[in-house]
Amino acid sequence: MPSLPDVMTRDAAALAASAAAARPAPDDPADEVGREPVHEPTRAALVEFLTRMGDNTLVLGHRLSEWCGHGPALEEDIGVANIALDLIGQTQFWLGLAGEVEGRGRKADDLAFLRDVWEFRNVLLVELPNGDYGHTLMRQFLFDAWHVEALRALAASTEVRVAGIAAKAVKEAHYHLEKSADLVVRLGDGTEESRRRMQAALDVLWPYAGELFLGDAVDAVLAEAGIAPDPASLRAAWDATVRPILAEATLRVPDGTFAHKGGRRGIHTEHLGRMLAEMQFLQRAYPGATW
Amino acid sequence: MSSEWPLWEIFIRGQHGLNHRHVGSLHAPDAELAIKNARDVYTRRNEGVSIWAVRSSDIVASSPSDKGPLFEPSNSKVYRHPTFYDIPGDVGHM
Amino acid sequence: MYAQLVKTDATQVRGLDEMPPEERAFQERIDRGEKIEPKEWMPEGYRKTLIRQIGQHAHSEIVGQLPEGNWITRAPTLERKAILLAKVQDEAGHGLYLYCAAETLGVSRDELMELLHAGKMKYSSIFNYPTLTWADMGAVGWLVDGAAIMNQVPLQRTSYGPYSRAMIRICKEESFHQRQGYDIMTKMAGGTPAQKHMAQDALNRFWFPALMMFGPSDKDSVHSAQSMAWRIKMNTNDELRQKFVDQTVPQAERLGLTVPDEGLRWNEDKGGYDFSEPDWSEFFEVIAGNGPCNRERLGARVKAWEDGAWFRDGLKAHADKAVRARMAVAAE
Repeated sequence: MPSLPDVMTRDAAALAASAAAARPAPDDPADEVGREPVHEPTRAALVEFLTRMGDNTLVLGHRLSEWCGHGPALEEDIGVANIALDLIGQTQFWLGLAGEVEGRGRKADDLAFLRDVWEFRNVLLVELPNGDYGHTLMRQFLFDAWHVEALRALAASTEVRVAGIAAKAVKEAHYHLEKSADLVVRLGDGTEESRRRMQAALDVLWPYAGELFLGDAVDAVLAEAGIAPDPASLRAAWDATVRPILAEATLRVPDGTFAHKGGRRGIHTEHLGRMLAEMQFLQRAYPGATW
Repeated sequence: MSSEWPLWEIFIRGQHGLNHRHVGSLHAPDAELAIKNARDVYTRRNEGVSIWAVRSSDIVASSPSDKGPLFEPSNSKVYRHPTFYDIPGDVGHM
Repeated sequence: MYAQLVKTDATQVRGLDEMPPEERAFQERIDRGEKIEPKEWMPEGYRKTLIRQIGQHAHSEIVGQLPEGNWITRAPTLERKAILLAKVQDEAGHGLYLYCAAETLGVSRDELMELLHAGKMKYSSIFNYPTLTWADMGAVGWLVDGAAIMNQVPLQRTSYGPYSRAMIRICKEESFHQRQGYDIMTKMAGGTPAQKHMAQDALNRFWFPALMMFGPSDKDSVHSAQSMAWRIKMNTNDELRQKFVDQTVPQAERLGLTVPDEGLRWNEDKGGYDFSEPDWSEFFEVIAGNGPCNRERLGARVKAWEDGAWFRDGLKAHADKAVRARMAVAAE
């Protein structure tokens, strides 16, 4: 069979070129704001910060990928895989840069597959098990609303490589948020059962959202250098996104301000260790092999 | 069986600025989600810049038995086809 | 193949002279290579056979997500994870295109799903085999997708328009699937002794099940003859199997792996390999539900469907509410 005329897909070479153009600038010292005399505390804080960003997308992308083949409708199965793919792609950038700034020769894969739980820096929210699909969507929505604000601020980072990654990722995150917000509204205001499930998900997950806005010394250093925003500064915009959507979804925001926390310091739920045991299995069982 | 999502026909205009082209169908509860689903299902390889979704039940089609009467008249209008005209070679590209 | 043992209701293939005028005109269109489109007249047997075949093909795509989905969360690098996820996602898309093609014949996707879940429709035997090591991701892409492509490429020219168009789209998207499988095999076969062992082991386990995908010899089958007359089957099972073996054996040699068939040898006269028959009793057991993973595969599909019911119903209810709200505003 002769190959068919390809009328819909752009030339792969052109796609690759545009992907390369979108990619943040490679390690070019001249580009790098933070590196003329590198301030050691800043470098350490930057590594920590990049690890947090990358671990969030890695862990959440992994969780979403668990749905592949098990989604509630074929169209949704395909849709959630797109989001997982975006997040895994972002992970390659964040952890790749983390390894580069760290300067110990570790690649994104080394960081993803060869660190133990206590070295992971994602928020607890993203490592929670998927639960039902409503739980997955609610977790996604709470995360996406933060992700968009965080990336928008980071796109203006004084660290050009950070700004480059964020500028690309924020477009993807916008789409993720549009989708998750829409589904939260529809399912909240759907059937009695869908509303009950979405409310149950919100009740469980709400106390995990607060950690996204808790700053520490690392954040203070980076905010001071104009590299990353103070997490607390994102809260108002997040509320302005999240609360009207939840109201439209006819869902009740739980009372109380308690926030589960620890992930950003490496103190996790029991769930993450199990996830890593699965995710890292091959790299751990066959050290040094190439795949 | 619970009520099935209706079927939608999806049309996409690709990168080349050509007309929207029928690419396939999908299920969605309403038009807005049909567009969102179409983005996920039919533009996974960056194929499109604009999407139309039309309820399959709203498509009005010529009936197959009309094939003769509808299309044969235009068969005889050969003057609509560029190759009908003999243009001298020295006129150049036309 | 993704559709195996598809029945046609035919007891014999009739000649043009034996057909009533309408059917004769239909058959002549097919013989001229014309496409049959939805809502055009077609023999009931053609319609039913296509529903069985396209439905089975669609089911195979979505059940086929599961053996590879089994390794997405264990993929060894971020890039492998993304590639595998994209591939399994494509399979969901291919199932979707095929269900839509079947729907043009007057059966809904939900009806087909329920038939699958009730065990009244089949999917390809191959997906009832387990994926035990990472090398199986290589073997599945290389052998299973390789075998599927053998069938799908000619099906782009099938007589039924929507099926043909779905196959064209699928073939275009699948071009990377087999390559990524072979790429994994190359890494494994050229890797550490343990990796090489896994690669050989995967080939050993998947070789004969891959040959079974084409189905038993159908040179005497009236169903196949009828399907070929209708151009919804383009080659005999034996032709495709031979072509697959001839193409795949050199690829295995290139990997330094041994095809697990002592009867395999080059036959100069026919310009192809002689090879041993798969164990067809195993094939029929797998088809009958006794494969290693039948229960898990069907169970996973049923669970996804049942667990997703509230989601599908919730979205439908919201859409209906929105329509009612718009009507109420308009009526004011």
